[in-house]
Amino acid sequence: MIGTRVPAEAEVVERVQESPDIVTLRLRLCDPALHQGFEFAPGQFNMLYLYGVGEVPISIVSDPTDSHLFDHTIRAVGRVTRPLSALHAGARLGVRGPFGRGWPLEAARGRDVLIATGGIGCAPVVSVIHYVMRRREQFGRVVIMQGVKHSSDMIWRSQYEAWAREPDTQVLLAADEAGPAWPWSVGQITALLGEAHLVAERTTAMMCGPEGMMIAVLKELRGRGMADEDIWLTMERSMKCAIGECGHCQLGPHFLCRQGPVFDAAEIGHLLGVRGL
Amino acid sequence: MSSPAYLPRESFGALFDALRAEGYRCIGPTVREGAIVYEPIEAVDELPRAVRDEQAPGRYRLTHDGHTRYFAWANGPQALKPRVFAPREVLWRARRGTDGALGFEAAAPEAEPLAVLGVRACDLAALALQDRHFLDGVADPAYAARRGQLFLIAVHCTHPAETCFCASTGDGPRAETGFDMALSELDEGFLVEAASARAEAVMQRLPLTDASDEQHRRAADEVDAAARAQHRALPSRDLRGVLFDNLEHPRWQEVAARCLSCGNCTSVCPTCFCNNQQEQGTLELAASEHVREWDSCFSAQHSYIHGIVIRTDTRARYRQWLTHKLGGWHDQFGRSGCVGCGRCITWCPVGIDITEEAAAIAGGEGR
Repeated sequence: MIGTRVPAEAEVVERVQESPDIVTLRLRLCDPALHQGFEFAPGQFNMLYLYGVGEVPISIVSDPTDSHLFDHTIRAVGRVTRPLSALHAGARLGVRGPFGRGWPLEAARGRDVLIATGGIGCAPVVSVIHYVMRRREQFGRVVIMQGVKHSSDMIWRSQYEAWAREPDTQVLLAADEAGPAWPWSVGQITALLGEAHLVAERTTAMMCGPEGMMIAVLKELRGRGMADEDIWLTMERSMKCAIGECGHCQLGPHFLCRQGPVFDAAEIGHLLGVRGL
Repeated sequence: MSSPAYLPRESFGALFDALRAEGYRCIGPTVREGAIVYEPIEAVDELPRAVRDEQAPGRYRLTHDGHTRYFAWANGPQALKPRVFAPREVLWRARRGTDGALGFEAAAPEAEPLAVLGVRACDLAALALQDRHFLDGVADPAYAARRGQLFLIAVHCTHPAETCFCASTGDGPRAETGFDMALSELDEGFLVEAASARAEAVMQRLPLTDASDEQHRRAADEVDAAARAQHRALPSRDLRGVLFDNLEHPRWQEVAARCLSCGNCTSVCPTCFCNNQQEQGTLELAASEHVREWDSCFSAQHSYIHGIVIRTDTRARYRQWLTHKLGGWHDQFGRSGCVGCGRCITWCPVGIDITEEAAAIAGGEGR
């Protein structure tokens, strides 16, 4: 833990432009002892602070065993994320974290894994894919599904293509609208679930993306006999404090920052799709 | 109960002297701009003597009559919450050096020993909930510093307002726990009980005489009568299931048509804890302050996330408030977030009544 309430200084070591509005910032804590002691689980997030502008919760996308740097992939959409994603190598920012409950990787060990994502939703989950692929022998079949609005929104495409060449690993990509040279599917990823040949009782599903996409995938997985306890989702709400005090991140009775952001469908399924909750 | 325990009315000023002698600044009820507020006071004559409060949905008026009591009213818009959970405060400061390096420092919490006189049972129950929220786990240092300096003098409630329903939530009108000292006000004076060593020290300084059994009986009867006088009630102490099962109930739309989404209810609620955090520049350009201030789930920015507002309409915001207050709190704190003080009813400019709305959703008897 870096700090729960007050940020620590970090430096941007490298900035990677992933797409026109998505960047990855590779960070190192300026205090070497603090950096050395920084541990996190895939699915957890940090609060990133830009001087004079504010804080935003952003998932950690790198592997927990890469102690050299930790990475945050950010889409420039808001008052903080726009200038934050414009930072260059050498710039300083503040970091608090890590916060939240991450992905159920212990529970998934020895089982088949389905990872379904939509849009930038892939960022918090790509850390899981990396985690699983690095420890490939500890997991069964791996199915990776990613849907985007337009094929040009697809970031890390070569990475997905590399995973598709791995043994016992299936990659299914879909774009609502496809540009030229898109060898994958056109349409919704739910239409591809049949090709995944899931064995319900030995699969753990993890997903992230727009709520509509998660509701659709959840319905399909339930229809294929999967138990709610084996289907995991990550949720998003406004967060100001990340420690369950500010009240902004509530979804029903849950504080997303503390009890989530990752939940299983038994905990959260009934709250999906309620407008304005 | 320690004995002797009776403080005659003409000696009540000795309590102020005793608190001062024990090192406390005294906060107590006083009349400002037509309402009872808790502010620094130094003498008996600043208390709301001969004052009563008339409360109704959307209405608060003080009246004066010939009685001699200081605590013959229910409550005002605020009591303890602003003393522990500051309406606005700096949490930490960031400094940027000329080379771009950043330094962070937590704000040093400032707190002085404060004795709060005239605390109601509902506000003690609310404080216990705020304590759980801000102190359990990793305690909020500013809240903890201020909380640790509070000396609480309860006065059992004998004059509930028309909007009060603490008997139905189980939080009043008698202050059962959470105070240092408790007073029962009788026409001729006060019965005093101490519940902490600090309170014993204060009591040593008071010119107490023995209280009679008849006085104790009369004091108890007045509080019992105050409970019976309440005619509003929540349909149940646990509405969690029925509220979350009725997220699409037509009543949400109906109440939204009346609700102004002004946030008065959340401001006066003694348990509401939502807060916003934002940066504030300072006059020296090399520093920026991270400020926390009270927020309301009735504002648009409360649910703002990357360019989207999740709760766009009043229906969703009122539903968030009520399902949290009477539902989600059970999961989060093991009880409802409502202590029956009735402030949200009184201070709502259009007089929306939480007991009535809860009953409409729950389908049971309210009011």
